[in-house]
Amino acid sequence: MTRWPGPPTVRVLLLASLFAAVAAGASCRPKTGGTAIQNKGSDTMVNVAQAWAEAYRLVAPDVNVEVSGGGSGTGIAALTAGTVHIANASRDVKPEEAEQVRRNTGLSPVDHKVGYDALAVYVHPNNPLEAITFETLSGIYREDGPLVRWQQLGFSVPGCRSDEIVRVSRQSSSGTYDFFRERVLNKRDFKLGSRDLNGSKEVVELVGTTPCAIGYSGMGYATAHVKMLKVARRAGEPAYPPTVEATWARAYPIARSLHMYTLGEPAGPVKAYLDWVLSPDGQRILQESGYVPVPPSGEARR
Amino acid sequence: MHEPLRPGAPARHDGGRPFAHTSFGRRKVRQEAAARAVFLAMTLLMVAPLVAIVSHLVIEAWPALSLEFLLDIPRERMTTGGIWPAFVGTIYLVVISLAVAAPIGVLAAVYLNEYAKDSWFNRVISLAVINLAGVPSIVHALFGLGAFVYAARFGFSVAAASLTLAIMTLPVIIASTREALSAVPMSFREACWNVGATRWQTIRGVVLPNSTSGILTGIILQVSRAAGETAPIMFTGAVLYKAVERGTLLPYYLDDQCMALSMHLYVLTTQVPNVAPAIPYATAVVLLGSVLLVNGSAIGLRIWLRNRKRW
Amino acid sequence: MTPPGTTRSGARPGRPFVSLAAERAMEAAIRLSGISAIVFVLAIFFFIFREAAPVLFSDEFKPLEFLFSVQWYPTSVVDIRYGTLALTAGTVGVTLVAMLLAVPFGLGAAIFVSEFCGRRLRETLKIVIEILAAIPSVVWGFVALTVISRLMVSYTSAPVGVNMLNGGIVLALMSVPIIVSIGEDALKAVPDSYREAALAMGATRWQLVVRVLLPAARNGLLAAVLLGVGRAVGETMAVLMATGHAVQIPHGLLDSVRTLTANIAAELGEAPAGSAHYRVLFLTGIQLFILTFVVNLAADLAIRGVRRK
Repeated sequence: MTRWPGPPTVRVLLLASLFAAVAAGASCRPKTGGTAIQNKGSDTMVNVAQAWAEAYRLVAPDVNVEVSGGGSGTGIAALTAGTVHIANASRDVKPEEAEQVRRNTGLSPVDHKVGYDALAVYVHPNNPLEAITFETLSGIYREDGPLVRWQQLGFSVPGCRSDEIVRVSRQSSSGTYDFFRERVLNKRDFKLGSRDLNGSKEVVELVGTTPCAIGYSGMGYATAHVKMLKVARRAGEPAYPPTVEATWARAYPIARSLHMYTLGEPAGPVKAYLDWVLSPDGQRILQESGYVPVPPSGEARR
Repeated sequence: MHEPLRPGAPARHDGGRPFAHTSFGRRKVRQEAAARAVFLAMTLLMVAPLVAIVSHLVIEAWPALSLEFLLDIPRERMTTGGIWPAFVGTIYLVVISLAVAAPIGVLAAVYLNEYAKDSWFNRVISLAVINLAGVPSIVHALFGLGAFVYAARFGFSVAAASLTLAIMTLPVIIASTREALSAVPMSFREACWNVGATRWQTIRGVVLPNSTSGILTGIILQVSRAAGETAPIMFTGAVLYKAVERGTLLPYYLDDQCMALSMHLYVLTTQVPNVAPAIPYATAVVLLGSVLLVNGSAIGLRIWLRNRKRW
Repeated sequence: MTPPGTTRSGARPGRPFVSLAAERAMEAAIRLSGISAIVFVLAIFFFIFREAAPVLFSDEFKPLEFLFSVQWYPTSVVDIRYGTLALTAGTVGVTLVAMLLAVPFGLGAAIFVSEFCGRRLRETLKIVIEILAAIPSVVWGFVALTVISRLMVSYTSAPVGVNMLNGGIVLALMSVPIIVSIGEDALKAVPDSYREAALAMGATRWQLVVRVLLPAARNGLLAAVLLGVGRAVGETMAVLMATGHAVQIPHGLLDSVRTLTANIAAELGEAPAGSAHYRVLFLTGIQLFILTFVVNLAADLAIRGVRRK
């Protein structure tokens, strides 16, 4: 009377579960050769990290570099938890973060400077501005900064009907946000109400479609639909554009180094990868992605 | 204009409007027509954006859509090329999560519908199912991160992401299976019991086979949910980029991270600069198209199985 | 639902032992699965609570400031502040806009599908609704960023295309399928005798709908709306991309806002595991969980009211 395994429905369910179990078991087979390098962190660097991973596949076919973003803090957090090999960061690791890494893993994070990034200030092409000073930027973005309308700067932007200065920024745990706050705002907090976008590209896209907008993002994200401003530290000083030369000459005031952190000194495939990143091939890819490579003579700025 | 007042009622010689020849009647007829027009307009206003959006997506995506687009891997910093790793990744996540959620969900529904007495405890379980269904996807992501990535030590992996998706789809599978089970008439069960079958024998032999269409449809409809969610997998196992060979069928292991269509679309829109404009649209169309294809086949399956029903 | 004449264990004279053992194993599996839903809900709450607890019970935590301050500066180097009022206002605002759009159109469509249209049109419309329901949230977010944002900048005086109205429109389109399908079920559940009685007294269909059906299906329609609200409150990716993600209390439809869900999604990845910021984000997760729990409870009570009739 008992038909085991049973009528069609149960058979189907059993087969499905069996199949899933087999597939899962097959998936757990140890990988035949090939290593994976986990690379996580800065959203600013995520594009060049992906370009490197893509190109490195041709150099070392059995090494698979896996790239994800999330922001500089994610990478360092993952380093603390020991779940990545290389953490990308567009800012320095903070002392308390380094301490936490040491406490959790017993190793210290080792810094590898792989290039520089000039943080560009973007405006819509309609905007008549060509250069801007730290003071103006701070007045716009700072928590108690007085500048909220373009009229206050002495002009209006064609196409911007409300005359509101639409501030575009990054989310609060982004390395870009942190760097801008430290360098331009002098560690003061941002004014609430800025559009805090999640991706470096989103910032540029939004500025490009919004005449009232101003935003900051890595220079590598520039498109033909936005204008990059020259930046001067103080009124009266010359303003420099975000270019490779200006960064090497330490003239462009908002430039930062790009870091790849490892747990302790790297070895094996990780070291080979880092060496390749710093080689002329890797640096060429960095420059093609729109960043500033390490100058041939060594470090330009810390 | 001469349709019967209630759809399904037989037509009348006066068109269902016995007073249509008085001025009072004419005003009523006009009111009728106005009411119908208002509700029709409201429905169309809801339908029109959908049609507009889908056609806009398809039109913009057209230059990039091709079989090559599906099979090729992303190239040139993901500004051109195809979406194969993401497509395969989504299939992995959907299959594994449903393989985990379906058995648990079906058995849970069997319990709730066939075994549970109407006690407070079982009302609490029903409430729990409803609440699980309403949990925001980001809270699922938080849970997946805390439970599967960290506590269970799966790390960022296909396993963690699939399990998170499984918990997300579980409550709807339970609810739809319950509906399918309760559609089986009580008389079937009573007939079995009267010939001496136990509860499980009844369920296995009569109830489940007769509710197969509803159960399968419910499971297949969750494919769209599992394939479309981004937040739960973003924090538990999906990556921006992972090198995969063009057209490989099984590129990921359970403890690997993977690319996924939903994550890929998000990344292309917010992170990758200078993408060829048709590519994000094409990714959206592939995602939407696959989901609609699966849903369509679920509905087709339901109709086919319903026609085979003998009651 | 117990078969007559069975012992609790299902044992019968003459039944093979294997079949009995297999059946008992199966029933154990069934009971285990039955409580799985409750286990998972509790587990979700437990894990989130566990991550948030150290902050919740610490001395420095000020609940009033957390709930009622607008200032959200979790990563400040001078003055860390965790105020979620703007985020809550964002969630409420976007949901309100979405419901103002979705409820009339959704209920109108439900009424049309249920009362006014013929069989073929009804099947077509049902397919359209199912397509609407199947669109993934990230695709909606993509549409909001590319299509709706551009339309908004061109046709309204919005300074930016991503704002509360954009988010509201997208959420409305996402909630409408739920409202329509559950609303239609609710209207179908009203007995035909109500309709026949109203028509016998000479009512037009408009009067039938407004005076008879809507009040009769009140509970089911309320449940439909509440479930739509639950969908809107819980949505993450679409609002992340559509609302502009600005921490401020909105003064108008065209202001950018940030919702609780989008806030967690944007900042969770960056917050180092175990830090105060990370734990506060889990705390906002609890806020969300409670909010959706209340809405779902209300919907459940409303549905229960229907069943009791």
